[in-house]
Amino acid sequence: MTAIALELDGAPWEDVCALDDIVPWTGVCALIAGRQVAIVRAGDAVYALGNLDPFSKAYVLSRGVVGDRGGIPKIASPIFKQTFDLRTGQCLDNPAVRVPTHEVRIERGRILVRREPRPGDHDGA
Amino acid sequence: MTKKNLVVVGNGMVGHRFLELLLEHGETERWNVVTFCEEPRLAYDRVNLTSFLGGKSPAELSLVAPRRYEDAGVTVHLGDRAAVIDRQRKRVLSAEGRGIPYDVLVLATGSAPLVPPIPGRDAWGCFVYRTIDDLKRIRLWAAQIQTGVVIGGGLLGLEAAHALTRMGLETHVVEFAPRLMAMQIDEGGAQILRCKIEALGVSVHTGKNTTRIVSRGGRVTEIRFADGGVLSTEMVVFSAGISARDELARNAGLEVGERGGIVVDERCRTSDPDILAIGECASYRGRTYGLVGPGYQMARIAVSTLTGGDDRLGVFDMSTKLKLMGVEVASFGDAHGTQPGSRVVAFTDAISGVYKKLVLSSDRQKLLGGVLVGEASSYGQLLSLTQSRAALPPRPEQLILPRLEGGAALPGVDGLPDGATICTCQNVGKGVICKAIRSQELTSVGAVKAATTAGTGCGSCVPLLNELLACEMKRAGKKVSRNLCEHFPHSRQELFHLLRVQGIRSFDELIGKHGRGHGCEVCKPAVASMLSSTWNEHVLEDRHLGLQDTNDRFLANIQRDGSYSVVPRVPGGEISPEQLIALGWIARKHGLYSKITGAQRVDLFGARLEQLPHIWRDLVAAGFESGHAYGKALRTVKSCVGSTWCRFGVQDSVSFAIRLENRYKGLRAPHKLKSAVSGCARECAEAQGKDFGVIATEKGYNLYLCGNGGMKPQHAQLFAIDLDEDTLIRYLDRFLMFYVRTADRLQRTAAWFNNLEGGIEYLRQVLIEDSIGICAELESDMARIVDSYRCEWRATLEDPVKLARFRTFVNSPEPDPSLVRLPQRAQHRPATWEEKQLNLVPQEAE
Repeated sequence: MTAIALELDGAPWEDVCALDDIVPWTGVCALIAGRQVAIVRAGDAVYALGNLDPFSKAYVLSRGVVGDRGGIPKIASPIFKQTFDLRTGQCLDNPAVRVPTHEVRIERGRILVRREPRPGDHDGA
Repeated sequence: MTKKNLVVVGNGMVGHRFLELLLEHGETERWNVVTFCEEPRLAYDRVNLTSFLGGKSPAELSLVAPRRYEDAGVTVHLGDRAAVIDRQRKRVLSAEGRGIPYDVLVLATGSAPLVPPIPGRDAWGCFVYRTIDDLKRIRLWAAQIQTGVVIGGGLLGLEAAHALTRMGLETHVVEFAPRLMAMQIDEGGAQILRCKIEALGVSVHTGKNTTRIVSRGGRVTEIRFADGGVLSTEMVVFSAGISARDELARNAGLEVGERGGIVVDERCRTSDPDILAIGECASYRGRTYGLVGPGYQMARIAVSTLTGGDDRLGVFDMSTKLKLMGVEVASFGDAHGTQPGSRVVAFTDAISGVYKKLVLSSDRQKLLGGVLVGEASSYGQLLSLTQSRAALPPRPEQLILPRLEGGAALPGVDGLPDGATICTCQNVGKGVICKAIRSQELTSVGAVKAATTAGTGCGSCVPLLNELLACEMKRAGKKVSRNLCEHFPHSRQELFHLLRVQGIRSFDELIGKHGRGHGCEVCKPAVASMLSSTWNEHVLEDRHLGLQDTNDRFLANIQRDGSYSVVPRVPGGEISPEQLIALGWIARKHGLYSKITGAQRVDLFGARLEQLPHIWRDLVAAGFESGHAYGKALRTVKSCVGSTWCRFGVQDSVSFAIRLENRYKGLRAPHKLKSAVSGCARECAEAQGKDFGVIATEKGYNLYLCGNGGMKPQHAQLFAIDLDEDTLIRYLDRFLMFYVRTADRLQRTAAWFNNLEGGIEYLRQVLIEDSIGICAELESDMARIVDSYRCEWRATLEDPVKLARFRTFVNSPEPDPSLVRLPQRAQHRPATWEEKQLNLVPQEAE
C-alpha cells in the first residue's frame, strides 16, 4: 500500500485512514514519512502526536488509555502511565517533557495528517 | 571467659518472652541457657487457646519459630519437668533424673487450673481448660455427647462456653458468685452480659454452689447444687480460676504468698538472691496476676536484673477489652471504684443491651476507671484518659451517654499527649504512630498496622488508628478518600454496587449517571474490570476497547520495547509431551524467546502486535486457551505432584488444582489472583502464600485465604479445615465474589484483608455463617461468570472486527522497525535504546 500524499496550503499531508477505522476514545499508529505517529480520537476531535514514549523509549503512545484531566484531553503511556496533553504534546506529569504533535484535518470522513510535526522543542525521534 | 549457667523452669508465654528478650540482648555470650518445658510442645499463644477449636493448628499457635532455640544455643528439655531445686548445691533435678547446675535460676512455672474439691470430679467427662491437650480431649469427648456444663463464669469460663456452643453442645455456665465475671465487671454490666449470652442459647446459673458430680458407669450424668438443684450433663469443664504453680519454690523453702505464688520484689527477685520468678507463678505486692501483660513486664524486668540493669516493676494495669461470645466487654483502671471518695456515673440500656460505667475522682476532674458491656468502642480513648490523668470535660457523664444534640464528643484522640498508649497489646504510643504516618506517608490502616504493629493484637484500638490517620493526613493536606479519581465521587465498592444493582453495562452509561468528564487511565480500567466481573462480556468489544489497561488491550503482556509476551493456560501445571512439542514448535516458528514462569507455565516473548493472532491461531489449534497473564484475573492454580505419584501425598492435588483453575479461569478481579493446591502438609505448592491456598489433609482440604507474594509477602489465614471439594468450592465462590465486590482498585487480597475490621473471624461470619445474608447472591454471581466463560482469544480469532485491531500501523503492513533483536545464550533479547542508537539496524528517518 503506498502512502497517500497530498499538498494542502503548500505543505505535504498524508491521508492515513478513515475516521471510522479508529474506535472512539482510542488511538492507532500511522507510518508517515518514516515516522511513527499516534492518531487519537478523543470525543469529536482527532489528534496526532509522536508515537515514541520519551520515558520508556518504546513506540507505544498510540496504545494508551485516552481521557481527560480537568477538561484537558490526554493519553497515558501504556508502559509507565505518564500522561500527555493531546493538543500540545506536553507531559502533564513532567513539565520538562513534551512530545511532537502534527496538525490534523478531517475531510469527507478521512483523517489527514501534516507530515512535518509542529515546530518547537520536543522529546521525540 | 567461662559462661555462667542460667536455668529457666517453664516454657510458657512468659518463659518464652524472657528467653526472647535474653537473646535480643545477646546474653548467650555470657550464659549457658537451659530451659525445662513440661508440656510436650514449646510455648504457644495460650491467650488465643480457643482458636485451636476453631481450626488453628498447634503450629500456628506456636510462639517459637522453628529452630529458634537450637540456633541460639539454648538447650531445651521438652516434656521433662523440674522436680526439685537443690539450693545448697545450686542444682535443679528433673523428673527424668537430669541434674542441671545453675548460677541463676528463673522460675516461670505458671499456674494450674483450680479444680474445686467437689466429690465426683474424677469421673470421665470432666476436664480443665488450660492446654492444647486439654482442648483435644474436650473435642473428642464433645463429639459423642449433647450437653456440657462449664463451672466458672469468669473470662476463661465464658470462652470455654463459647467453644462448647460452637461444637454444637447445649451449654450451661455455672457460677458460684451472684454474677458473671465478678472480677472484671460490676452488677450492672454482668446483668447485660448475662442477657446477651442467654440470647445466644447458653443457660446461665449464678449463685450456684456445686456440691456433687454424679456419674454412672464412670461417666458424668449430672451435677448437684447446695440448694438442691440438679443439672443433667455429659461433660463438665472446670474453669474456676487458677492457682500458681509454686510447689517447687515451696519445697525449696522460698517465701510464698499467703494466697500462693512465689514472692518477688520489684526486680523479680525471690527470697533467694540467685533465683528470680516471673509470670503467673509470682506473687508481687500480695497477689498473683492472671494476665499476660504483667507477665511480659516481669520478663523484661528479670532480664534487666540479670544484666545489671535497674528497671523495676510498677503497678500493673489490669485493664482489658475482649469479645466474649460476640459481646464486647471492657474493664479498665479502678473499675470497682475502690478508691475512697470516688464517684460513679452509669448508663444502662437493657433494650439494646448496653452498660457503661465511669468511676470519677471525687472532684470529677479525673477518670479513675470504668466498665463497658455491649458496646466498647470508646475503650481506647477512655483508657488513655485514665492513664494520662487528663482533665475531664465539664459534664463527664456525656462521655458514656448516646450522642445527643450538643453532647460532649469524646476528647479527640488528636488531643492526647504523644506518650499516651494507643495500642495496649503491643504497647505502641501515639507519638510512634503519628511519626510513622508522617515519615512513611502512610495512607491506610493496613499500612499503619504493618509499620507499627499497632492494631495487630486484639484490634480494639483500630478505630483510634483510623482517627489518627485521618487527623495526620488532613494535617498533611491529603484527604482520606476512597474515591476512584476526579471523574467519580465514589469508591470502587460503591460503583460496583451501583453498576450491578442498576444493570449498567457500559462505561458511558456509568459516567453519565454517576460521574463527570471523560474518564482516565485510572477509572477506565477499573470500570472495565468491574463490568467484566459482573457481566463477563468480551473485553475487546468496541464499547469496552478503549477502557482496557495496557495488557488487556491486546490480550498480551507488553514488554519494555513495546513487543508482547504470550502465555497459554496450563491448568494445574500439568502438560503433556504433545503440548510441550507444540509450544516449542510455535515458539520457533514465530521466532519467540521462551521461558518457564513461577506459575508453572511457559511464556513466549518478542511477539509483534500483528503476530499475536497468528501465534494464537497455532496455540488454539494445539488445544491451548488464554492464560490471562495479561489480566487482573485468575492466573494459575499451582499444584504439587500429589497422591497419584508422590509417596507422601494424601489427596490428588493435581486433579483438584485443575478443577479449581478451570472453574475460575476468566474471572476478573481488583487485582491478580494466584492459587495453589498442596497434596500434604509438606506444602510443596506453597499454598500459604496465595490469595487462596488449599492444603490436603487425611480428611479433605484446609482452605487458606488472603496470602500474597511480591514485595511484602504475607501468609494466608487459615479459614476452614477438613473440607470436601464441593464445600470448599462453595466457600471460594463466596470469598472471591465478596473480594471482587468490596475491595479497592488494585488492592490485593492481603491488603484488603488487613483493612477488614474483624479479620478472619469476620470473614467466617460473612461467608460461612452468612451473617449479612449475601451468600446466595455471591454464589449466583459466580455461577454467572463460570457459566458464561469462553476463551477470549478463541473468540477474537473468530471476529474479523477484533482481529483488525492487531496491527502496528493503520496505513501500512510494515512491521515495527524499532523492534531489534540481539543474540543471548541460546536465544535472543531486545536491543536496548543505546544499542539501537548505535545504528545496528536502520531506524526512523529524521
